[in-house]
Amino acid sequence: MRKKQLHRSAPKRPGAVGIWVGTIAALVLFYLIFPILIIVPLSFSSAKYLSFPPPGFSLQWYENFFGRSDWLDAAWLSIWIGLVVMVLATALGTPAALGLVRGRFPGKTFINAFIISPLIAPVIIVAIGVYFFYAQVGLIGSPVALILVHTCLAVPFVVINVSATLQGFDERLEYAAMNLGATPWRTFWQVTLPIIRPGVLAGALFAFISSFDELIVALFISGSTAVTLPRKMWQSIRFEIDPTIAAVSTILIAFTGALFLATELFRRRSERLRTSAAAVVPVQSNETASPSMRPAPI
Amino acid sequence: MTIAAESSAKFGAHRGRTQMGYLILLLPLLVYLGLFYAYPVAAMMFRSIHEPRWTADNFVQIFDTGVYLHVLWLTVRIGLIVTFASLLLGYPVAYVLARVDRAKSNLLIILVLVPFWTSILVRTYAWMVLLGRQGIINQLLLSFGIIDEPVRLLNTTFAVYVAMIHVLLPFMILPLYGVMRGIDENLLRAAQGLGAKPVNVFRQVVLPLSLPGVSAGCLLVFILALGFFITPALVGGPQDIMVAVLIQQQVDLFNWPLASALAVVLLAAALLIFAVFMRTLGVEQAFGRART
Repeated sequence: MRKKQLHRSAPKRPGAVGIWVGTIAALVLFYLIFPILIIVPLSFSSAKYLSFPPPGFSLQWYENFFGRSDWLDAAWLSIWIGLVVMVLATALGTPAALGLVRGRFPGKTFINAFIISPLIAPVIIVAIGVYFFYAQVGLIGSPVALILVHTCLAVPFVVINVSATLQGFDERLEYAAMNLGATPWRTFWQVTLPIIRPGVLAGALFAFISSFDELIVALFISGSTAVTLPRKMWQSIRFEIDPTIAAVSTILIAFTGALFLATELFRRRSERLRTSAAAVVPVQSNETASPSMRPAPI
Repeated sequence: MTIAAESSAKFGAHRGRTQMGYLILLLPLLVYLGLFYAYPVAAMMFRSIHEPRWTADNFVQIFDTGVYLHVLWLTVRIGLIVTFASLLLGYPVAYVLARVDRAKSNLLIILVLVPFWTSILVRTYAWMVLLGRQGIINQLLLSFGIIDEPVRLLNTTFAVYVAMIHVLLPFMILPLYGVMRGIDENLLRAAQGLGAKPVNVFRQVVLPLSLPGVSAGCLLVFILALGFFITPALVGGPQDIMVAVLIQQQVDLFNWPLASALAVVLLAAALLIFAVFMRTLGVEQAFGRART
């Protein structure tokens, strides 16, 4: 009886232990999502101070955000710095990823680690390094300084995402193009780039978000003239306790959520292209690949 | 025949040429990072031993002053506890995500990805709202009659742990999930078919095969926790000073050489762990997954 049950339920439903594991997992997932969900109703509160549950519905904190020039200026500054960083990081990172994946040269592991290191080194170290540097050359408080640093921090996202798409790339497509007389430059634009485009776009979006979200470097080098949105939020959280910040947070959750959804779609597409490129004879179109193919395990 | 030989020669020559060409593709980025990233950081590190002349005083001061040593120790302790707690909490989630079918796990993973996508500042603010004196948790406890007056939850070490684990948990769950998803279901069936109890299937098959994910997640979380600044600064109390917060304070006090020396200590710790990380795993494997 016992034995039979075990065979029937396992491995999908492993009994009492499984229920425990499931419960713990559910509680942990609740812990992860609850604080974010709680911000949303608070931002529509009609109360003057943070209170829960909100006594009534109001858009006053959104009006406050969209009506105050200091908030709007900070938001615009963050958006355009993020866009410039996105373009710069993509322009620098895409060719570098090509070089890293394709090339065989001494010191490659080291170069790879160096390019990825801004992602791993604690940001505070980069922040004070550039703070001392820009204080000497008088660039504190300039958006240019922020762009230059944010690009360093954003480049690893581009390199990692583009490298991932390049990994399954069939180089024979390029040889074919070049054999047909295309220059390397033309081969890149007409053959390579269209295939790795999902990875490039995902990397670019990550680059934008990493700059848009960045606080620590901004705390040190944005001075009082280049106040980005995270910097403004930091000030607001520390010194004014009004629920405008809840409204800003809700807008940010929606905004970054939408961007990441887009990234995820690109990534899934690139994963599909990758698996199909590996599976299909090179000349055939990608469309013929089986959609049910499992993505490669790590 | 001749055409084939010619084309293969051309092919080979082409390959040889492009090897160096690929190095040129890397050049713009390397120059850029060298100028705007490596140089400022190197100059900062140099400042820690040469300000205004050669000296090891700053490091001696760090390892000689009780307060600084205490901050270093506190940082490592918080890092270890956060890592261990993230593993304990993250493992069951990753396990469940890997075992349910694709459609379900694609939905459930959103609950991990949404916090992961949300800015750290927003998440820390959410914990300030929850844990504050008039916060939601205090109000709930009061209304249930568990406590008689609001408890101090914010600006405590407890708040630092709760918020830091919340921020870092996705970095544990995602690599774990990636590795567990790759475990072949047939292995589990085989173990079961051979008569292993579910506990033994887990202990002898799932656990060993998930270890690469465990080490990736732990190293990632620990390294990130060491450099944490925003969360301890906002939800911690005056006693919860981590290295990054101390560095910022020293910069504000214009004690740049000491701030640099502290940064060197932090960087050395991070690099050491990173080196272990590279040796055991390779960067793209762990980071490519963890970030996407």
